[in-house]
Amino acid sequence: MLPAFVPLKILRYGFRKKYPAERFIPKAQDLKKSYDVVIIGGGGHALACAYYLAKTHGITNVCVLERGYLAGGNTARNTAIIRSNYLTPEGVRFYEQSLSLYREFSQELDFNILYSERGHFTLAHTDAAVRTSRWRAEVNKQLGVDSELIYPDEIAKLCPHLNMSDKVRYPIMGALYHPPGSIARHDAVAWAYARGAAKLGVEIHQQTPVTGMIIENGTIKGVETPRGTVYANKVMQAVAGNTSVVAKMAGFKLPIRTIPLQACVSVPLKPFLDQIIVSGSLHVYVSQSSRGELVMGGSTDPYGLYSTRSTLDFKEGLLGHMLELLPMLGEVKVMRQWAGMTDMTPDFSPVMGLTPVKNYYIDSGWGTWGFKATPVCGMTMAHTIANDSPHDLIKPFYLDRFVEYAQVGEKGAASVGH
Amino acid sequence: MKIMNCPLNGPRNISEFVWGGEVKPMPDPASVDDRTWAAWLFLENNEAGVVREWWCHVPTSFWFIAERNTVTDEILRTYAAGDVFNTRVEFAPKAAENK
Repeated sequence: MLPAFVPLKILRYGFRKKYPAERFIPKAQDLKKSYDVVIIGGGGHALACAYYLAKTHGITNVCVLERGYLAGGNTARNTAIIRSNYLTPEGVRFYEQSLSLYREFSQELDFNILYSERGHFTLAHTDAAVRTSRWRAEVNKQLGVDSELIYPDEIAKLCPHLNMSDKVRYPIMGALYHPPGSIARHDAVAWAYARGAAKLGVEIHQQTPVTGMIIENGTIKGVETPRGTVYANKVMQAVAGNTSVVAKMAGFKLPIRTIPLQACVSVPLKPFLDQIIVSGSLHVYVSQSSRGELVMGGSTDPYGLYSTRSTLDFKEGLLGHMLELLPMLGEVKVMRQWAGMTDMTPDFSPVMGLTPVKNYYIDSGWGTWGFKATPVCGMTMAHTIANDSPHDLIKPFYLDRFVEYAQVGEKGAASVGH
Repeated sequence: MKIMNCPLNGPRNISEFVWGGEVKPMPDPASVDDRTWAAWLFLENNEAGVVREWWCHVPTSFWFIAERNTVTDEILRTYAAGDVFNTRVEFAPKAAENK
């Protein structure tokens, strides 16, 4: 066939009724009067929870209420890194479960999330950071996680692009090497869970903010929305960034400060950087996406804000350090920048499980570590809601740990300098 | 760069300051129980809107109070902490008596 006819053929194929375009989620319908479970928030965590409620626990009379559009918050604003080489045993077990769910994700949900194992390098520039890396490696290995402290000779072999010179302000002294460290397409994770949940009967309502809560005798009865009151036996909130605002409606306070986390991507480059490079001391992390863009992030903003604005200060700080690690990027331009609003907790661990309000559950405290936990949060929160009792993996992350002085100090979090 | 008006040093770059978190009324340290003390330490109002916070000008170690809008990122007012806190708090009166 002549090439000129090909587009027409494709067009005809596209309009044939035999192959209709797939809708990921059914068209919006009216809200029902009541549901078994209402989930506030329509990001990755909320959709994952809806999916596991329906799939694992057979609870399909579930409604997801999203203020804006699906996965438009932090699910769309992270740097898509997945790893489990944390420091605390509680954290390692939790994130390792998430990693194993991610490995099976594309198969289980029949949706390609472009899961790509890259190898994750946390660089150490001081004796203290080398020591913490050794500590993390030993905790990781004890729990079956592939993780090792390596030194400059080996780093240079594995990451030939890195500037290993000692004529820089912070020479590289070692690295915590985590071969299973991966990246994935973050939007696809949310879409896959949304489609999976919707297929099982979950209703997803966008453009539907929760404006109030109905609480009687300390028990949640339902939520108010501009589209009417929705009654529910159980309600969960998964709205990291706005956690305190929603929890205030339910009448309790959290150990959370909302702080912006900024990130940016470069123009697309030919594939050259296989690895995920992170430096806690320099506040840099960088990986190359499947589109060739360098995805770059740093530390959280220096003060709290309910805003997703970007600042020049952030980019100057990040890119200055970046050029020390990868000097050949000097002429490369930044293409896009954005920010997300994170839930920072004092101990860098999440706040999950039961709340002071009966039948009201919370998935919060997602600072700089939320995307990688998406599947395990869905799984454990669904278990928690179905059984009205926290899943074993999230027991250490209970809200009252702060007033009981039982914090889980997670120094393996991305925003923590060593 | 964003400018903050330090009550001691005048307008300075925001990078010279450290954020200290919201001003919360402290329970009486002599009589408070552990849970209430921890709640005061850790639990935050985390308001979206106008807040009153501790800030420190690092080069001079000067702590003061700033009023800020956390939605619009505007600094509304700054003043010395002494304008509000003008009485001394004894943290360990009993220990002091024993000496």
